[in-house]
Amino acid sequence: MGKTEDSGVQERPKWDNKAQYLLTCIGFAVGIGNVWRFPYLCQIYGGGAFLIPYLIALVFQGIPLLYLELAIGQRLRLGSIGVWNSISPLLGGVGIASMIVSFLVCIFYNTIMAWVLWYFFHSFQNPLPWSQCPINESLTGYDVECEKSTPVNYFWYRETLNITPDIAVSGSLQWWMVVCLASAWCVVFICFIKGIESMGKAVYVTATFPYLVLTIFLVRALTLPGATDGLLYLFTPDWNILMEPRVWLDAATQIFFSLSLAFGGLIAFSSYNPETNNCERDAVVVGVVNSATSLYASISVFSILGFKATTAFNTCRTENILALTNHFHISDQNITLENYDTWFEYLNTTYTEEVAGLQLRVCDLQRFLDQSASGTGLAFIAFTEAVLEMPGSQVWAVLFFVMLFSLGLSSMFGNLEGVLTPIKDLKLLPKWIPLEVVTGSWVTCLISFLISLIFTLGSGNYWVEVFNGYVGSVPLLIIAFFEIIGVIYVHGIKNFSEDIYFMTGSRPNIYWKACWMVISPLMLLVVFVAYVIVQAQDHPTYPAWDPSYELFPETEVRPYPDWVFAIIILLSSVPVLPIPLVALYRLICRRRTSSARAEPNPYSNDGFEIETQEQYNQRSEKV
Amino acid sequence: MLGKIFFLLCLSSAWAEDLCSKAVPPEAYYVRLSIKTALGDKAYVWNDNEMFLFQATLAFAMRSQFSGQEYNVSNIVVCDETPRVSFWFVVTSLEDPSRLVSRGDVEQAVRKSRNRINSAFLLTDQTLEFIGITPTLAAPVAPNTPPWLIVFGVVMGAVFAGILVLLVLPLIQKKRKKNQPMEDEDSDEETQVKTAENGPERSGVYNMSFSDDDKFTQM
Repeated sequence: MGKTEDSGVQERPKWDNKAQYLLTCIGFAVGIGNVWRFPYLCQIYGGGAFLIPYLIALVFQGIPLLYLELAIGQRLRLGSIGVWNSISPLLGGVGIASMIVSFLVCIFYNTIMAWVLWYFFHSFQNPLPWSQCPINESLTGYDVECEKSTPVNYFWYRETLNITPDIAVSGSLQWWMVVCLASAWCVVFICFIKGIESMGKAVYVTATFPYLVLTIFLVRALTLPGATDGLLYLFTPDWNILMEPRVWLDAATQIFFSLSLAFGGLIAFSSYNPETNNCERDAVVVGVVNSATSLYASISVFSILGFKATTAFNTCRTENILALTNHFHISDQNITLENYDTWFEYLNTTYTEEVAGLQLRVCDLQRFLDQSASGTGLAFIAFTEAVLEMPGSQVWAVLFFVMLFSLGLSSMFGNLEGVLTPIKDLKLLPKWIPLEVVTGSWVTCLISFLISLIFTLGSGNYWVEVFNGYVGSVPLLIIAFFEIIGVIYVHGIKNFSEDIYFMTGSRPNIYWKACWMVISPLMLLVVFVAYVIVQAQDHPTYPAWDPSYELFPETEVRPYPDWVFAIIILLSSVPVLPIPLVALYRLICRRRTSSARAEPNPYSNDGFEIETQEQYNQRSEKV
Repeated sequence: MLGKIFFLLCLSSAWAEDLCSKAVPPEAYYVRLSIKTALGDKAYVWNDNEMFLFQATLAFAMRSQFSGQEYNVSNIVVCDETPRVSFWFVVTSLEDPSRLVSRGDVEQAVRKSRNRINSAFLLTDQTLEFIGITPTLAAPVAPNTPPWLIVFGVVMGAVFAGILVLLVLPLIQKKRKKNQPMEDEDSDEETQVKTAENGPERSGVYNMSFSDDDKFTQM
């Protein structure tokens, strides 16, 4: 079972065991965002207090939607397009929308993987390349751009991205990035070469390895000086922040995107399950594990950021000490970090103008802790800087980037599966092509690679931000809303309850029903409207890295040019367009050909009706 | 002869004291040492002997730069020593003690022998500073093949090998299976014949189409 036979009837592939399925779902849900987005949100939204809206969103929105997707996929045993076609032909567009969104996300997500690979390849050097500035041609000083900013920034913006100052300036293809991108796609391809058989084995490593690395980092980070400062800073709750509506909005969107809902990948994964699998427990497990991982990751991340802040604080004070020692000819090392404050007081009161003339930096630990970073800024700038200060930097760098790579790879599986399973179910490719080719994975990988070459241009990073901000947000909310309406109101809550009874032997209880029927759609609608309002309020801007900017090393905030704005609108709306278009198309078809009804449900053969409990009771009463 | 030398020495030390009491001449270089920062516990104490070593090292630097000119410790005049261990110095020219060697020449001499001066004091470019003479930065070691390409090659090699193996193996297995079923069918017939003789151990082929029947209807 699970292999194809030469005679032709292809069995639906299956998971080898339950663990593979669970690990794949967890791997899909747990992604890079858990490591670099959640800690940032925790930090800016009052630490421990953020957990409250986060958990509320998880319980009332995240887990119900997750259960819905897993159940519907397992019951109907089709990919996202097939599932929605089965429920109602008018809803077929939802599946197509999921597929388009998954495809677009695949494209830019693997670019991030390419960046991670680049850093991974460079972690095998001593000293690490982002620890020093390169020297200019005359060997008298360092490269100007690097001098003004930091070596870490320089390595990221110049040597990795070779970024252009503006999104309108495209620059040229960076060959090293193309090479890394090709390798990232090759790695994805090799995991997909046999569909879920190979992916199921790869996921044993990619889903579990991040936890190992996070634990190692946690243990290491807790022994570093300043780790406790970072943790205190993270978890000190600021209860006032709960009054702001933005906190609730960000918590809801974070849960939603973190669980990778509405991509169609989860539906595809659960469609390979045996029909009697307990998907209720799976949904709760995946949801809880995802949030627990976010918390666990933020502890590690914040210990390291606390260490980084303390190191920066000490460096700042050491610079001041040197300036004072040199100016006042005080004996070397008389002023130390410990007695710096007393010395400073004394010198400031006695020689106030001279000290003022020295222009000492103000060193404040809180300010260093306040420097928040998320996304690529956290991984490629803040973290790499922290790693430099840790003894044995190469080991930590390698571990960190391998962890990021496995996190991203397991999420890529879900994204790609959300594209491949519908293609397979739609039977777009003829049967005479052998399995490894007909899964279409290499075709999809090749096409995605070619399209994602855009992101290897000089302006590539700006485009990744565009895609990240607009593809993976509004369309998903709309798709999820239609999913829940489709299942609960079009398919019917009774039918759905029966499906679940058929699969697991028990009906969903009042909590699930209340969430599905009222709370989750309402929350989704509110979140969607609020999100659109917040986005529409100001013209979108982006931070540009421009060495000729007067406040250089800070990034200049520029508005997107109009043509980019048009592309943004396209990216947000094109994935969602299939929903109304397909509905219209089917309505028109139905009116034209009244005899040919909607595609028959493959599981509804009029000869054998699935008896409901009531019909059975009636029948047994009659007998 | 001795008298002349003695006279010159007195003159030069008097001249040196004179020099120190005046304003800092433009030819002077400011020097700063951070011994405790560099050596920590093993730091030595800065005293007159160390200063003598400094003057001697600088005289050596001048000698190696301008070969033939025999600079001496007395040509290196040091002033304004502070507890920081910082001071400024000038180099007096050989012919005329009242003239000072130009900045450029001194800089060249120091640059050339910077390494030797540093190691005489167990210090580095950052802990023995000549203000105004920027250290020549060591040229970075640039390997012929960037190391990242090596790692990339290893990883990609493994990936492509894996792809080849995963693609080629099933084809080989399929070929083997095509050869095998021919033999299997023969042996099947024999066994079937045998069981037919011995008794019905297998009555026909198990028909799978009604195996899920229980879930739909309960009789």
